[in-house]
Amino acid sequence: MFKWFGKVNYSPYTKVSDFARYLKDGHLMGSKCKKCGSISFPPRADCDKCMSGDFEFFEMSGKAWLNSFTKVEAAPTGFEDAAPYIVGVVDMEEGGRALAWFGESIKEEEIEIGMELQVVPQVFEETEDIKVYYSLEKSGTSWVKV
Amino acid sequence: MTKRVGIIGLGHGVFGRRSDATVQELAFEAFAAALEDAGIERKELDASVIGSVPEYHKQRSLAGVVQEYLGLVPKPTWLTEVACASGSAAIRTAWMSIKAGVHDIVAVIGCQKMTELSTPEILALMGRVGEVQWESVFGTTFPAYYALFAQRHIHEFGTTREQMFQVAIKNHFYGAKNPNALFRKEITMDKAKASAQVASPLQVYDCCANADGAACIILACEDRAREISQKTVWLDGMGCATASMSVLKRPGLTSLPSAEAAAAQAYRMAGVTADDIKVADVHDCFTIAEIMAYEDLGFCKKGEGGRFIAERKTYIGGKVAVNVDGGLKAKGHPIGATGVSMTYEIAKQLRGEAGERQVPNADIGLTHNVGGIGQYCFVQVLRRD
Ligand SMILES: [Zn+2]
Repeated sequence: MFKWFGKVNYSPYTKVSDFARYLKDGHLMGSKCKKCGSISFPPRADCDKCMSGDFEFFEMSGKAWLNSFTKVEAAPTGFEDAAPYIVGVVDMEEGGRALAWFGESIKEEEIEIGMELQVVPQVFEETEDIKVYYSLEKSGTSWVKV
Repeated sequence: MTKRVGIIGLGHGVFGRRSDATVQELAFEAFAAALEDAGIERKELDASVIGSVPEYHKQRSLAGVVQEYLGLVPKPTWLTEVACASGSAAIRTAWMSIKAGVHDIVAVIGCQKMTELSTPEILALMGRVGEVQWESVFGTTFPAYYALFAQRHIHEFGTTREQMFQVAIKNHFYGAKNPNALFRKEITMDKAKASAQVASPLQVYDCCANADGAACIILACEDRAREISQKTVWLDGMGCATASMSVLKRPGLTSLPSAEAAAAQAYRMAGVTADDIKVADVHDCFTIAEIMAYEDLGFCKKGEGGRFIAERKTYIGGKVAVNVDGGLKAKGHPIGATGVSMTYEIAKQLRGEAGERQVPNADIGLTHNVGGIGQYCFVQVLRRD
């Protein structure tokens, strides 16, 4: 089900494909190595530290801080109707980073580096197929099942 | 093992929209010029290495086609690909083959046609420049990544939009004097500021332009170089390093760790420091990239790159002349050719053959060629006798 992830998905098959199923149900998951306990976000199947392939998912708090951002005006194929969109890179509370779009809870002029944000699971409502992603929202915004 | 590897021949075609020629025809122009410059014939070559990024060409497996058109069959050839640093990877593998004693004389050809693809094909490729699993799904583009770097650089160091545009103004100033450049026109601050938005804060005048083009250098082991050439330029420092593909795994967004590591290797191998470099070609795919390069290469302290250009320290007559061939910004960026073009330019400078763009007393020079958004970086230190 990793093909659910993203407006345009280029890499539908992965050992962490359950990430998208969790996301559809409102859970933002990182991965944890069962051998050494090292955690990753985005999740990865094979431990970066000890090379073990034995991992489990755990739920991230979604709490994050804005590292940098850009408003994309010139969009690639598949994203024309979304442009312009604002992409942010955030540092996650538990470690790791996420790259995502800003959601509707934040106005463009409110965006500043260092601000606290919430990474919130989202489902594309306009598409017939299941399509999921996560967005950067005002701190304290919680997931609402649509 | 040969002690040193020298550059004995230099050739360069005109960069631009080359709808008059195929990629192998572009390669031929640069190759023929390099052979003539070296004063040798094809039969003296042991091999060729081709630097190019295959997905832009209709022709698949490009090295074979180029090899045939250059008349080099049955000599060995192979293609190197590390995105925009493919040309420097070709130079490195040729250098390695000579250092290893396998070959004595090798031609390195960087060649690229980027205008064969239609705009929709380019836009589709643009969607896959980043890490495709976790980043491209959000519509990231090349400019978007450098925009993230720029925004963070502004935040941490107070770098300004004017300072970034000053990079573009300098590079166009010199590009106007380079007959091989795509844009041979100076630009103004007002015009740069008025250019269209691409990915904030970057605008059109922060971005380099795709181009078609080719460049060629001929490398030789020390003994053969001394026999053949009176003006050999030596590849004395060869650095090469990588950084994570994903920006999510980078330690920070204001420098390229691959560039810092490659520079340290190259300086150490050549036995020089950043202060010794008189002239450099750095990878200014975006204006912020040149500012980051000043810092990553140690031309100035971290965070002072914006001031460094504002104080004109990288013009001829400043601390170190940077991209006085116009850089990617004005010369154009035929991605596979770019690295070879950089080495060509610095070798010309060290030979004292750069004409009105000549840097006085240029004895030690440097190239800095970045692949992708810093996944790969190659730094060379070049020296004349
Ligand atoms: Zn582990």
